[in-house]
Amino acid sequence: MLIVAERINSSRRSIERALEANDVNLIQAEATAQAAAGADYIDVNAGTFIGDELDRLKWAVEIVQEAVDLPICIDSPDAAVIEAVVPLVKRSPMINSITLEPLRLEGILPMVAEHGTKVIGLCQSEDTMAESAEEKLQLASQLVERVTKAGIPLDDLYIDPLVYPLATNPQSALATMDGIGRIMEEFPGVHTICGLTNISYGVPKRKLMNRTFLVTAISRGLDAVILDPTDNHLFGALKAVLALISKDEYCIDYIGAFREGRLE
Amino acid sequence: MSDTLQQINDAVITRKRAEIQGLVTRAIEEGIEPKLIIEDGLISAMDVIGKQFSDSDIFVPEMLVSALTMKLGLDSVKPLLKSEDSEPKGTIILGTVKGDIHDIGKNIVKMMLEGSGFEVVDLGVDLTVEKLVEQIDTIRPDILGLSALLTTTMPEMKNTIQELQEKGLREKIKIMVGGAPVSNSFAEEIGADGYGADAAEAVVLARKLIGV
Repeated sequence: MLIVAERINSSRRSIERALEANDVNLIQAEATAQAAAGADYIDVNAGTFIGDELDRLKWAVEIVQEAVDLPICIDSPDAAVIEAVVPLVKRSPMINSITLEPLRLEGILPMVAEHGTKVIGLCQSEDTMAESAEEKLQLASQLVERVTKAGIPLDDLYIDPLVYPLATNPQSALATMDGIGRIMEEFPGVHTICGLTNISYGVPKRKLMNRTFLVTAISRGLDAVILDPTDNHLFGALKAVLALISKDEYCIDYIGAFREGRLE
Repeated sequence: MSDTLQQINDAVITRKRAEIQGLVTRAIEEGIEPKLIIEDGLISAMDVIGKQFSDSDIFVPEMLVSALTMKLGLDSVKPLLKSEDSEPKGTIILGTVKGDIHDIGKNIVKMMLEGSGFEVVDLGVDLTVEKLVEQIDTIRPDILGLSALLTTTMPEMKNTIQELQEKGLREKIKIMVGGAPVSNSFAEEIGADGYGADAAEAVVLARKLIGV
């Protein structure tokens, strides 16, 4: 299970302020805490800085790399931003993300191929937001085709089936779960990834909903996730479900996490 | 103790399944007696694990993985044993009594006994007295270990011991009992030779009963 740690995102107020004020300590503390909590990639996003995204993102990537030895997940829809950040990273990054929209696809895919990075592909095209499992599978198949044609191994593609709020889309969780199952079955070797927070938009006790959704998604084959690894309730649910689906033989990781005080 | 023996010991305790066979092979190449590898390297590690389990320092799966690690090591060294050294410490028949199909505890006891060098014949669960008597007559074990998890099936232990007495087999074997509702005083009352509260105690008891 690959964990992309989500906390350094300018849509969080504290991060936005830290990026504005060049607050090295706060950003590095976020990076260090997530690394210690089991992150595989540190996502860095400065998307709220319209017109200034690149400079803020470059700065953040540099200081995150000073603090931790993990690869970066470069979180931007903008090919020009990604192109400018890729040369700065010390370890092979993950790019978050491409869609089937021509501008994003054609702008970013050549960089993925050239640098051998991993890439998140959203099930989204210019005219479709994939809401049903069928649509998700359809767009996933187009992503697979485009990525493979560009000479990128399937193992580097992380398909995000997209998660819409349950509050407004009663079939959303089921569609994503079914989508994950069908994508993983149809394209052996590809990965699926998603974020968890959208699902609970507008309902109370969001974290409960988020981690329960994580468990169901993993049980259907999700093998990567964007989350906050420092949340021990969430991390505990993750460790528990991995043990339940035999991805953790003899519960050794689960017990290890318990010893570290990580299970809630 | 040599470095390699110490590393074998540590590998069992820390559950390094991938490393154990390499370490045992190295010990053999260094000319360490197979018997020492087993006793000081492998079995003594299981004593530590048994103690950790009794003290609730480790969990059931951790004990199982240590036992699996130990067995892998044992598999590598066993073919090299001289015949007199490869004799098991003793033979033990294990089973859960009639009417009772609980076997998790019994299986853990089995792993620990095997890990400690005993030959274990596991007759399974829901064992009739007739089947037990027949097997004891055929196998002639040193010890019979009986398990029961229910208060309603505990009396079967007593019935079994009585039947063995009538068949003249009782004096030929030692009997140990265990299971959640079983206690020391119950063991005495029904004429068993001993009671083990957990898998680690079962090993200590088995050794005591046959003096190894």
